[in-house]
Formats: sequence, structure tokens, C-alpha cells
Amino acid sequence: MVQVKIKEGMNKESSNGVEYSFWRDKLSSLAKHKMATIAAVIILALYLMVILAGFLAPYHPNQAFKNHFFHPPTKIHIKDANGLTWPYVYATKATGWAKYQEDKSKKYPIKLLYQDSEYRFLKLIPTTIHLVGVDEPAHLFLMGTDNYGRDIFTRILFGGRVSMFLGFAGILITSIFGLLIGGVAGYYGGWIDSLLMRIVEVILSIPSFYLLLALAAVLPIKLSSAFRFFLIILILSFIGWAGMARVIRGMVMSIKDQDYVVAAKSLGASDLRIIWKHILPTATTYVIVRATLAIPGYILMESGLSFIGLGIQQPDASWGNMLSSAQSITKITSFPWLLIPGLMIFIAILSFNLLGDGVRDALDPKNE
Amino acid sequence: MKNNDIILEVENLKKYFPIKKGLLKKVVGNVKAVDGVSFSVKRGETIGIVGESGCGKSTTGACLLKLTTPTAGSVKYYKADGEVIDILTADDATLNELRRDIQMIFQDPSSSLNPRMSVRDIVAEPLRVQKIGTKAERTERVRQLLRRVGLSDYQMNRYPHEFSGGQKQRIGIARALALNPKIIVCDEPVSALDVSVQAQVLNLLSDLQKELGLTYLFIAHNLGVVEHISDRVIVMYLGKIVEIAKSDDLYQKPLHPYTEALLGSIPEGDPRSKKKRVRLEGSVPDPSNPPKGCNLAPRCPYAYDICRNEEPPLRKMDEDSEHYVACHFAKELRLYGYDDLIKKMEDDDKVDDNKKDEDNK
Repeated sequence: MVQVKIKEGMNKESSNGVEYSFWRDKLSSLAKHKMATIAAVIILALYLMVILAGFLAPYHPNQAFKNHFFHPPTKIHIKDANGLTWPYVYATKATGWAKYQEDKSKKYPIKLLYQDSEYRFLKLIPTTIHLVGVDEPAHLFLMGTDNYGRDIFTRILFGGRVSMFLGFAGILITSIFGLLIGGVAGYYGGWIDSLLMRIVEVILSIPSFYLLLALAAVLPIKLSSAFRFFLIILILSFIGWAGMARVIRGMVMSIKDQDYVVAAKSLGASDLRIIWKHILPTATTYVIVRATLAIPGYILMESGLSFIGLGIQQPDASWGNMLSSAQSITKITSFPWLLIPGLMIFIAILSFNLLGDGVRDALDPKNE
Repeated sequence: MKNNDIILEVENLKKYFPIKKGLLKKVVGNVKAVDGVSFSVKRGETIGIVGESGCGKSTTGACLLKLTTPTAGSVKYYKADGEVIDILTADDATLNELRRDIQMIFQDPSSSLNPRMSVRDIVAEPLRVQKIGTKAERTERVRQLLRRVGLSDYQMNRYPHEFSGGQKQRIGIARALALNPKIIVCDEPVSALDVSVQAQVLNLLSDLQKELGLTYLFIAHNLGVVEHISDRVIVMYLGKIVEIAKSDDLYQKPLHPYTEALLGSIPEGDPRSKKKRVRLEGSVPDPSNPPKGCNLAPRCPYAYDICRNEEPPLRKMDEDSEHYVACHFAKELRLYGYDDLIKKMEDDDKVDDNKKDEDNK
């Protein structure tokens, strides 16, 4: 046989000198997606806000100012007779039912690192320092108060914990179950596959919202909010994993016939190694996209449940149960600030959807 | 032939894929992908398996590594120390050990390398799976292997998509060599590559064979590729072997009409060539419902009644030739070899030219 002397063009070290990494590459293409970047920043800010809720909020979430129910957002003044000045507020007095007037006799400057009610910073360090605050009798209701006179801004921060982390925990459990069951069904096939897929079909055929209602309704009212929160996550994930498992199964079935999986088999690799090293990494891109797009669903579900009173119970806050105090049209017209939790839900969901879109585009191999 | 020459002996290998229908998945028939294949492979030789798509050649290869479990038959592997292992009945531990000795190179280099793994991880995977060496030792071995197949070791941390088709196939070869195998099953290793790169990869394979004393089982659909690299060639048609012969014999003195047709289908380098192809009429029969007699009978230009009713066994032509053929008329037919075909083509050209000259007059 004639020896061919041409050598293949050897790749030179890539021009920028940076070693290629799959995820770094994808991250940089996500960064080019403007809307997704903005959404990611908003989501990060939201998570930061709810994690630091105790510090950022001026009050305790359950602290009721009985004489200041349905109080509109406190006006913050930055000008006085002498021109610009440090922001200050006036104390307010009730002049009728849910009617308030500023008492302009004394200015109460907004104080930074104000000492107020005690809380645990990051759930660990007990402290009394809040980012902002004003002296009594003035109040700092940044987004007004609800029917019990509780500060809505504070409650939004604390309620956000439920909404933001429930979605996260829900999708985490869903993904684990979906990957596990879909992976097993797809990889082993045969009767295992048939059995698991019939179970999936049964779960998919249950009308999920009614199941949620039924399950939430039979839960005893006395349950602690933390436990209730946990149960809601379980219920949501129980419904959610089936659809995910079905898609993962399909993906695994197509990946397992790829030559590189056959190659790993021919090397004597164990099933576990093949699934872990070769099949799951390919499925993760899908799971990530699916997760970012599914979180809004969980947030909405929880809001829906809490709105009709079956989710997080008073006095604990969640965006859904805060919205439920804005049910009547007279309240909405008179006290529009009650709708702010709805706005938060809207912002969170929109951001997750935009981020999900961006992630999907970034991970789509055809999009290069 | 001395017995210790043989490294692999395949006997009556069968792989049927059941066709399931209906709610209860009742088996209504079988696709006979490999239907009673027997051959032996000698130590250090290259044996080619050719045939068109769907003739069962890749399935045969997969059965040898037990990547798919055969329906029946045996594959005996003769270790250098004389031990004989039946691959198909071996337990998992033995099989795992055996995987060090038999490796595979795949057809499509871009799908046989995991896009998420770096070249270092891909080539080191056999060593990791078989728990050989420390991390540093494995890395050193990867460097060695990459250099051996003509890549630079600094490319170790790259990912498959950064390489060309030929380079990817070299990575695949490096992976197959990692465990110092005795036999490599090459499943159409160059058919997905550019023609110019094919030669380089084939050269590399034959260099490696000389250097490491490898035995190749070379699967291809192109007789032209197999001719260069093989000592012996097996021709398969519809799950069965129709002819086994030394490479030269097969090319110059084919004894089976199907082999003749395959030879006639080798493309010519000369664009003006008017090679007359020995054409087979019709298409390959349904492998779930093969014809009654000889599989080729419905398409064979030489077929008689006996061909349509009786299946020809694979028999040896004479005692010392090592030429096996499955045709009732192997001794009677005078078939064209590759050179004959070229000559015939040239003669035909002359006849055509003469005709043209006459027409012009």
C-alpha cells in the first residue's frame, strides 16, 4: 500500500489561550442573550432579597400596627424649606376609617442600621440591626400595610422565601425523580420500562389541580407552616416528576444507542458508570432548561393554593396568601398597594421564563 | 493449519431479532440478521468482512464482543497461553477480562466519542474502567498513545468537536489500543472519512498491526478498502457467508456470483471509464422472510431450479486452497475477477469504438 505522506493539519493552541470547557462556553453564549442576562440579575436580586429579608425589612413580618391598617405607602420627603435634605418622613394620624393624614409638626429622619425587633441574620446570628428604620410614632411603610396593619414590604420579603424556594426545592425533587425513574426505564427497557411508564401515565391522567386541592384540604389546619410548606413541595413534585420522567426516558433511549455508549460497553464499563458518565451529562442540558422553565409553574401553583387559603396559612406570609387580601374590587380600588405581591409574582415568573428561554438557546447545539 | 495459529473461532453464530406485534408483543417472526455464520481467525492476520448494508456484518462484529447477545452459536477465543474461552457463555468477570484482549473501532468517529469528555478522559477511559494504573500513569499512557496515532499530546485537553474526522478516528484508535488488545474489530473504520484521510488511517492501522502484532477483523462494505488491508476476506449476503478466500484469490478468481457483482461495483478512478457492471436485478430479499433455496437465487443471473429449492452449503473448494464458497455451481461457473472485468471493459470499449468507426463510415 502506498504511504500517503500528507500530515493532517494539527490544531494550533486556540487563539485566546483559554482552555475549552463545555459549561464556560455555554455560559458565555448565555451572556450574549441580553434579556436572559437581565432576567438572571433580577432572579439573583430576588433570591438575595429573600435570603436577607430579616436585615432588609424594617419590621417583623407579623408585627401589626393596629391603628395603621390599610395605610398607604409612607411618603418619603427629600426636600424641605432649605432645599434638598436627608430623607425624612412624617408621623401619620388616622382621620377616619383607613384614612390617614401626615402630622407635619415634626420630621423623622430615616436612620440607617436601625435597632428594632430581633431576628436571626441568615437564620444563624441573632441581631437587632435593620437596614433602615424611623423612630416612633412615625412608620416606614414602603409599600403600605394590609388589613391588620402589617408592613407589606416586610411581608413581601419574607413571603418571597416561600415562593422562591418552593419552586427551587420542587424542581430539585422533580428532577431527581424524573432522572432516576426516566433513566432506569429508558436504559433497561423491557418490562421495567412498561411498568414505570404505565405508572407515569396514571399520574399524568390525574387532574393535578384537583388532587392538590384534595390533598391540601385534608391536611390538618394546625400543621406548622414549615411542615405545610414541605408537604406542598412533595405534592407538587409528586405530580411533576411524571412528565419529566417520560421525556428523560425518551432521551436516554436515544442516547444509549449512540456509538460512544456502545464503546464504553465494549470497554467493560459498568451500567452505573455508563449512566453516570455518558448518558446523564447529555440529559442535564435538558433538565436545566426544563427546570428554569418549570419553576414559574411551581410559584404559580403555590400562589394559587395560598390564594384560596389552602397553602401557607396566616399569619405566615407568602405572595399567594398576601394577594388573597386583595380579593374584592373595592379593596383593589381603594388600596391598590395590596396588589404588589401579585406584581412580585409577575416579575419572578417573567424573569424565570426569560432566563429559561436564554438557557435553552445557549444549550441548543444547533444555535452555534 | 496448526491449532495454535487460530485466535478466534466462530461456529454457527446466529442472531435473530424477533418481530413483536400487537398488545401482548407476540413474536410473529424473526429478522435473521446473522444466520449460521462459521469462520476462524488466525493470529496476526487481517480478515475482512464485506457485504452490503443489512447483510449482518456489523451484527457479527457486535456478537464477537458480546455487545449484543447472539441467539445461538459459539465464539471461542484462544488465549496466547492456550486457554480457550467461549465468549458467549463466559461469566461477567471473565468477559470483563476478555474485553482487554478484544477491542473495537467504530464507524462514525464523531458519534463514538462522547462530546462532553476531553480527549484525555476518552483515551484513559479503558484504563479507568479496568482499574489500571494511577492517575499520573494513565495520563502518561494517554500521551504515549496519542503520539503513537499521530496526534500531539498537548491536544489532550481538547474536546472531540475541535478535531477533524480523521483526527477523531485516530483518537478512537488510541482508545482501542489503550488496553494492549490482541484483536481489534474495526467496524467500517474509514467509511465515514474523506477519501484522502482514509488512506492515512489505513496506513496507521497496518503500521500498528506490524508493530503490535494485532489481529484485525475488518468490516467494510467496500471491497476496494478491504483488498488493501486484508489477508483473507469473508463475503456475506443476507446473514450468511457466501465466500471465504484469500484476498488475491477472491479478487482474481471469485467463485460466487455475488462476489463477482461486488467486484463489478468497485468504483473506477478514471472518469471516462465505461466499465460494464455486472448488475444484480432486484433488491435484497426481506431478511425476515428469506427465499427458500439459495439467498441469491432470485437475483442471480446464473440460477437454475436447484438454486431456488436447495440451499447450498459453504464448502471447501479443494484441500489446500482455503477457498470456501456457498454455490451449487462453484465448479462450473467461469466468473470474472477484478482484472478480468477491467480487461472485458477495455475489450468492450474497443468493440464500441469499432462500431462507431463503422457507423461513421
